[in-house]
Amino acid sequence: MSESVYILGIDMLKFGKYPDRTFAQLGGEAALLALDDAGLTVRDVQAMYCGSVFGAYDMTGQAVMREIGQTGIPVTNISNACATGASAFREAWIAIKSGLYDAVLAVGVEKMPRGMLGAGHETGISLEGLFGSASMPAVFAESGMEHAGKWGTTFEQFAKVSVKNHHHSTMNPKAVYQKETPLEEVMGSEMIAYPNTKLMCSVNVDGSAAAVLVSEKKAREMGMGRAIRVMASALASDPWNPRNPIMPDVNSVTRLAAQTAYDMAGIAPSDVSLVELHDCFATAELLHYENLQLCAPGQAGRLIDEGVTALGGRVPVNVSGGLLSKGHPLGATGIANMYEIALHLRGEAGARQVEGAKVGLTHVVGLGTASAVHLFEKA
Amino acid sequence: MTDTAPQPLRPAQPYIRLDGDTPYVEGRLCSACGARTAAVHLACPGCGGRDTVQSYRAPTTGRLHAYSIVRRSYPGVPVPFVSAIVDLDDGLTLKGNLINVAPEPDALPVGMPVRMVFGDAMGRTDKDGASYVAFFFEPAA
Ligand SMILES: [Zn+2]
Repeated sequence: MSESVYILGIDMLKFGKYPDRTFAQLGGEAALLALDDAGLTVRDVQAMYCGSVFGAYDMTGQAVMREIGQTGIPVTNISNACATGASAFREAWIAIKSGLYDAVLAVGVEKMPRGMLGAGHETGISLEGLFGSASMPAVFAESGMEHAGKWGTTFEQFAKVSVKNHHHSTMNPKAVYQKETPLEEVMGSEMIAYPNTKLMCSVNVDGSAAAVLVSEKKAREMGMGRAIRVMASALASDPWNPRNPIMPDVNSVTRLAAQTAYDMAGIAPSDVSLVELHDCFATAELLHYENLQLCAPGQAGRLIDEGVTALGGRVPVNVSGGLLSKGHPLGATGIANMYEIALHLRGEAGARQVEGAKVGLTHVVGLGTASAVHLFEKA
Repeated sequence: MTDTAPQPLRPAQPYIRLDGDTPYVEGRLCSACGARTAAVHLACPGCGGRDTVQSYRAPTTGRLHAYSIVRRSYPGVPVPFVSAIVDLDDGLTLKGNLINVAPEPDALPVGMPVRMVFGDAMGRTDKDGASYVAFFFEPAA
């Protein structure tokens, strides 16, 4: 049980709109790409975990196997809000860690419904706009304003997150958008829920990503050349907090997962070379700088002002473009974040390569509530 | 024979209670760990205690903890409105519309004192045509 687990192959489809393709086709394509990257075939895979929010009840994992080869292996469908893909990956990691299997496939796939997520609860009447808002832009705006109230964080600092991540995405051909968004444009775009403007909300797209995880034994057999070691896999649910669930707590659950991950890996936050975190809204990214211990409490605004988290800075964050510009297909997001980290650790990220990347961190948080933090290094 | 007696307003949240015609918010307090909630749970979410949670009548004054000015919502929902997180004086947190204030950041200092007021649920009625009572917050001068 003490042996390391490795990512041997990992890939993703370019995020975008795929109205003519099914969940199974999207997931299957990513799975085949990941198998090719690993140098394995579906016949080598001993178990499969499929993450999907909107496809989970349709047995999407089994449908993916019909696309790529029905070998009869155990398939489990996972749904865990925005932590869905990362949760599927973690189940695959556990399955290998337990010693049951040497090669396991994790797939994250999503086709997103149109429109804003997070509809209000129904009693006899609609409660949205009557007891505040339950929309995700508003919920994350409120978390941002909590930070603003405590530390003086400004609308402009929140907006700079979006400027940075959109800039990063201009170097990522798999991001749905590749266009610069100057600060005035971000701040001047339609206000959805102050302080989050339209350009500060993640992009609602379809997509898929997949990873092939292997045991130490299998990795040695296949060659460690491009293997990525999983240093830590942590998952947390909401700990008790007096304001939750009236005010969903996006901070504590991330802090809990991050501390668990750092402890498991035996490293300090300062050892991390780059981060792909859950910038579902621009406000969220600044909160997570502190939740992931990239800076001290209250310093997130300074971090974005000083360019510390931009490509070329001390700890680049969301060089893929993040959810704000790469896109956010819920079930695929977690594994797509890992794909980005793998590119950098392998030195294959092209124009956006983080030079000398040694350790990468991925983070997702879903209201519901779940957070996953993973740490990786080149084998 | 037609029943002409006015229908009592229905609470728009399960934790809004009626004392005769007077609405109030019913909180829940755990005697073991001090956790306060609006929702009813099987055990205390703070400590897991059973039979440690008692209902009480929540105060109507508190402070603005955080907010968002919502300018785009779901179809049919009037905007803008201020979605406010309020910590009541006893520590119970509620979310509600902050009214009688300009929907501008400058008018919404965090920590400002607010009070809870009750009223018709913005004219919303259910499939039976019944009306509802909701709470709102407004600045406490
Ligand atoms: Zn308790």
